[in-house]
Amino acid sequence: MTTVIAPEPDSKTAQPDVKAPPLPVVAGERELRLDLFRGLALWLIFVDHLPPNILTWFTIRNYGFSDATEIFIFISGYTAAFVYSRAMEERGFIVAGARIFKRIWQIYVAHIFLFMIYLAEISYIATSFENPLYSEEMGILDFLKHPDITIVQAMLLKFKPVNMDVLPLYIVLMLFLPATIWLMRRKPDLTLVLSLAIYALTWELDLALPAYPNGVWVFNPFAWQFLFVFGAWCALGGAKRMARILASRITLGLSIAYLVFAFYVTLTWHVPQLHGYLPRWLESWMYPINKTDLDVLRFAHFLALAMVTVRFLRKDWPGLKSPWLRPLILCGQHSLEIFCLGVFLAFAGHFLLVETAGGAGLHFVISMTGIVIMSCTAWLLSWYKVEASKGGKRPIAAASADMIGSSP
Amino acid sequence: MKRVAGIAAAAVLVVLAASPAHAEAEHSCTVPAYLLATENPLPKIAEAFKARAPMRVLVVGSRSSALSGPDGTARSYPARFEVALRNRLPGIEISVTTDLHPKETAADVAGKLEKIAGEQHPTLVVWQTGTVDAMRAIDPDDFRTALDDGIATLQKAGADVILMNLQYSPRMETVLAASPYLDTMRVVTQERSVPLFDRFSIMRAWSEAGDFDLFAQARTIGVAARVHDCIGRALAKLVIEASHINPADLGVR
Repeated sequence: MTTVIAPEPDSKTAQPDVKAPPLPVVAGERELRLDLFRGLALWLIFVDHLPPNILTWFTIRNYGFSDATEIFIFISGYTAAFVYSRAMEERGFIVAGARIFKRIWQIYVAHIFLFMIYLAEISYIATSFENPLYSEEMGILDFLKHPDITIVQAMLLKFKPVNMDVLPLYIVLMLFLPATIWLMRRKPDLTLVLSLAIYALTWELDLALPAYPNGVWVFNPFAWQFLFVFGAWCALGGAKRMARILASRITLGLSIAYLVFAFYVTLTWHVPQLHGYLPRWLESWMYPINKTDLDVLRFAHFLALAMVTVRFLRKDWPGLKSPWLRPLILCGQHSLEIFCLGVFLAFAGHFLLVETAGGAGLHFVISMTGIVIMSCTAWLLSWYKVEASKGGKRPIAAASADMIGSSP
Repeated sequence: MKRVAGIAAAAVLVVLAASPAHAEAEHSCTVPAYLLATENPLPKIAEAFKARAPMRVLVVGSRSSALSGPDGTARSYPARFEVALRNRLPGIEISVTTDLHPKETAADVAGKLEKIAGEQHPTLVVWQTGTVDAMRAIDPDDFRTALDDGIATLQKAGADVILMNLQYSPRMETVLAASPYLDTMRVVTQERSVPLFDRFSIMRAWSEAGDFDLFAQARTIGVAARVHDCIGRALAKLVIEASHINPADLGVR
């Protein structure tokens, strides 16, 4: 029971803890850094889902091994554990579990909704596009000839088109959240070790979930659960216990060295001339850097990134309250809605680019417009939430737990 | 939401109006030099050149190595490659044959390479692959193993190898996840020291430079044939570049 969550959830007393532990949140106070980086991850995922353009160069996957997905899953684990463990403490296992399952249902519905939009776009392309140059590639649309199978497989989460892999992963991770939190509130370190064991077994035994029509899930839940559980572990006291490690200079040095190394390696992907300077033995040991099974190199890269971030971006940094970061934070606070919107906008933007044969200029405008739409929507959702709670018909304490951190 | 959509549409229109109309430009299809630069050699081609011996090139590929229609074969890139190579190396006997394996993955084809190479004794094999694997979402690890096996088989049979990756198909990007397969092919060619013909990046460069409109739909074979012609010429350039032969030597004799 080493949870950092104080029993009185509504106390607004921001503990005047001078040494300010790096991550854990004082009850009742929002950790804006989490929202900020989750918002950032949502923006990056949106940009990465569009065809490559200028903005793509600003996404972190070009500067190291890990990308926005790691940030997203880690923070989701962190906030979900934070919110639902408090719910479990206040209302018990059953109620908190029910709340988690309600959330899972919402995510599932969101996923199916996105699938419908995808299907509409693909059907249009399939019937309108014709080019002898691509007669082979057009074959991939053959699945449209079997809607009976395709739609059922999509509902079973086995058929997942491009860019639609994150929500199914999130659904599976959430399914195991009640048990994870239950155990973690008793034996946090044991839970983490169990999760690590599953991660290791995944590599040893090639555990995977089958996909339709063939292959496996793009994000292997057996592997990615480790990052999610690690996030939960940090939220429930782990980060506090790691404070000494986080504050050490050696950790910082190692993290920076690793980030520089990863940056150099990624540079060789984009600048082929540099390739000769990478020793072959290193290459054969390192490659392939497997995203499906959350390669250790990727995980380590995320850790290093997080360490450096936590170190230099204090939670009391005044910039967090600045209007410039407001859009990011708002997006991070409504992550399920904004994530879905981002996937939709990526589809729509892609469609627009294709239909108008737009160049780099239009590309840039579409990316920026998408980000503005995401931010405005997040602002609208926040505004609505505040307005709705003004009615005061029911105490919002219970509802807000769901709204706040629990979205993906 | 409606208003936002309106703003977005307006922004799009502004940009469309501002950018010059896409004229169907004369296709020059130059390839950026770095896309054809490689450190991985083609020793068998270099040998054949030195001895002025015949070069037998075999293109092993899937559907995207061919064009349909009555004159499809003559206008597809293997035939254009043959013409381009003959033009550059006059006096050397050059033959290009094509061996198509539509709807077969790299693993399927790799299993047949020993027999194919044994029958034809090619000097060089251009192995165009990855498309079917990407369409079927084959595990990239399995794909990598298949490439490794296939290249090893060909090299053991005494042939040079060039790997050719997927086509750049912007319309298909929402359906076809090409990048894991492109990455794998890049890594394998580096490790195996064989040149990669980066068809994907080359076609993307053409698309971005406005040489071809790869987004547009086309009912006739016109654009496709011109793309294949350019691919054939670029491939000939890569062969000469990678084998470090100097066509000017032919004139000295």
